[in-house]
Amino acid sequence: MTSVSTDKLPPSPIGEGVSAPDGPWKRLLAGLLSSPTAVLSGIGLILILIAVLLAPLYANHVAHTDPFRSGLSAKIEVEGKTVPVMQRSTEGLGLGVTPIGPTWSGEYMLGADTQGRDVMARMLYGGRSSLLIAAASTVLTLALAAIIGVAAGYTGGLVDGVLSNLIDMMWAFPVYLLAISLSIVMIGKTFVLGPIELSSSSLIIPITIIGLVYVPYVARPVRGRVMTIKNSEFVLAARGLGVRRHRILMRHILPNVLSTLIVFAPMLTALNIVTESALSFLSVGVQAPNASWGTILQDGQSLLYSRPTVALAPGIAIMVTVLLLNLFGDVLRDVLDPKSARGR
Amino acid sequence: MLTIFLSRLLRMVIVMLGISVITFLIFFATPGSDPAARIAGRNAAPETIAAVRHDFGLDRPLYVQYGLMMDRLFITRDLTSFANRGQKIVPTIMSAAPATLSLVAGAAILWMALGATTGIIAAAFRNRLPDKILMGASMMAVAMPVFWVGEMINLVTQSRLHDTWAFSWVPPLGYVPLTSDPAGWFFALVFPWICLALMYIGLYGRMLRTGIIETYQEDYIRTARSKGLSARRVLLKHATRTAIIPIVIMFGMDFGVLVGGAAVLTEVVFGINGVGRLTYQALKALDLPMIMATVLYASFFVVVANAIVDVLCVMIDPRMRQK
Repeated sequence: MTSVSTDKLPPSPIGEGVSAPDGPWKRLLAGLLSSPTAVLSGIGLILILIAVLLAPLYANHVAHTDPFRSGLSAKIEVEGKTVPVMQRSTEGLGLGVTPIGPTWSGEYMLGADTQGRDVMARMLYGGRSSLLIAAASTVLTLALAAIIGVAAGYTGGLVDGVLSNLIDMMWAFPVYLLAISLSIVMIGKTFVLGPIELSSSSLIIPITIIGLVYVPYVARPVRGRVMTIKNSEFVLAARGLGVRRHRILMRHILPNVLSTLIVFAPMLTALNIVTESALSFLSVGVQAPNASWGTILQDGQSLLYSRPTVALAPGIAIMVTVLLLNLFGDVLRDVLDPKSARGR
Repeated sequence: MLTIFLSRLLRMVIVMLGISVITFLIFFATPGSDPAARIAGRNAAPETIAAVRHDFGLDRPLYVQYGLMMDRLFITRDLTSFANRGQKIVPTIMSAAPATLSLVAGAAILWMALGATTGIIAAAFRNRLPDKILMGASMMAVAMPVFWVGEMINLVTQSRLHDTWAFSWVPPLGYVPLTSDPAGWFFALVFPWICLALMYIGLYGRMLRTGIIETYQEDYIRTARSKGLSARRVLLKHATRTAIIPIVIMFGMDFGVLVGGAAVLTEVVFGINGVGRLTYQALKALDLPMIMATVLYASFFVVVANAIVDVLCVMIDPRMRQK
């Protein structure tokens, strides 16, 4: 491969008076850094990530509790008085117990759930599961969609016919119902597939399910993109020069598909966080003893009228994270796909 | 026109056939799980499992199982639930459909009206304050999980402020059939409608705004302006009309998906006995045949909705007739 000297090429068309940094990654980074929205939402997301990663530290040194063990008989000190975590109900017949409300101090900052567990500590651990599931299933979706989309778009013919029709059919399934169907066959007893054994509390099950259901939504645009690139002049030129098929695929098609995939990543992660919470709310997502923002929301439903903080907190956490991801994703799309930003 | 219609019909039937096979395979041929044990429920005796296996023909070859299941779903319609003995599945779904339809249709009117208004106003005031406020609100609406919004609505209207003048008219959670009490039907559905519509208002508003702004780059808009038409007329009659086509396509999809049971979260939170809540209850009882039937019903709704949208688009937009 002979290197092409760049000094004979016309100036970059990116913008007048803007010297474009060399390399697509640097250009991407520069584009993101020049947008206050992207920088602020990026910082916000990193802060959330740090907070959930510090969950064990918080549980051990601030809340002094194990958020996965029920603490029905626990007692804590509030304003100098010792009070039980599960308080005897003062309304009605005085039967039953209500978990303690928010103390706004280290222990039981957001109160306790029906099991007497520290909600704030569970929020941090749950955030870990929620974010892990969302990120991992995004990677899974993008990988599968890239394989299917490139195979269908680049090969064409019969392969394309079969795959495209399959994508169309999967498209007709409502996402939540498809996810429910998949979870009901995978959750319940231990799922055995050859050498793989998954217990029902394994996070791999929700990751797989959420990763699978959105594949058609990404595979279709990827296929379209591949078809466009395949027939573009620079690929035709490469073919005319006798470049082999797999080299065209690796050097010309894949790098161009990559930007499509990157644009999808933050939006898909945001969507996956919401999907995870919905599935956990319907009790087919994350299974006990694991926690996620969705399971905490479900715990909070029975306490909605007496201790609304339990449902309020994970909802706000989901909303903020999804909002930041979408804001970041919007800027990312505009940087990678200048056409969509044209009208702004 | 007729050939387009007929070929679309044929394609619809093929897609439905494919969907029924995929659904069947998910439930009855997922490697590593035994469908008979699932149908029989938790901790079932081996005899029960054997009986289920024989009853559903699970000891026969896979294609016979598929044939039997489709026969009992669509021809004899006598598939019965195992978890709720004696409950016939197809009539149960049919009787739950009106509640779902009421919920989704009302929400759809709300979100189309408000979504279109949001999109048009935002595009007209592009990059100015009204646009920024509307787009910020839309982003919030899209970011909130729908069942959480429902919970918060319930917290305010059913508990915290229920005794004040503002929300004392809100009836307890549940569905009131339209035929028995129209006013009760309306009041019971007001907040479920708002809850379900909120996310779609944000989604459609953003999409329409982008669409209108993109159409403003087209030559025919410039022509219309240079002919001396008013800005308002160009926005409403020319730009919006083109930009609304993708929205109509999306509306068909979303409506089909929701009527098919994707409104499950809203139905569960507000206690509406529709198809979605039926699926949820079947899920709790591990009622496998019921879930499979609701999923099939749902996807058929989506396929029919898509076919209708396709035909509508050909009728609205002459450019699509060429294909």
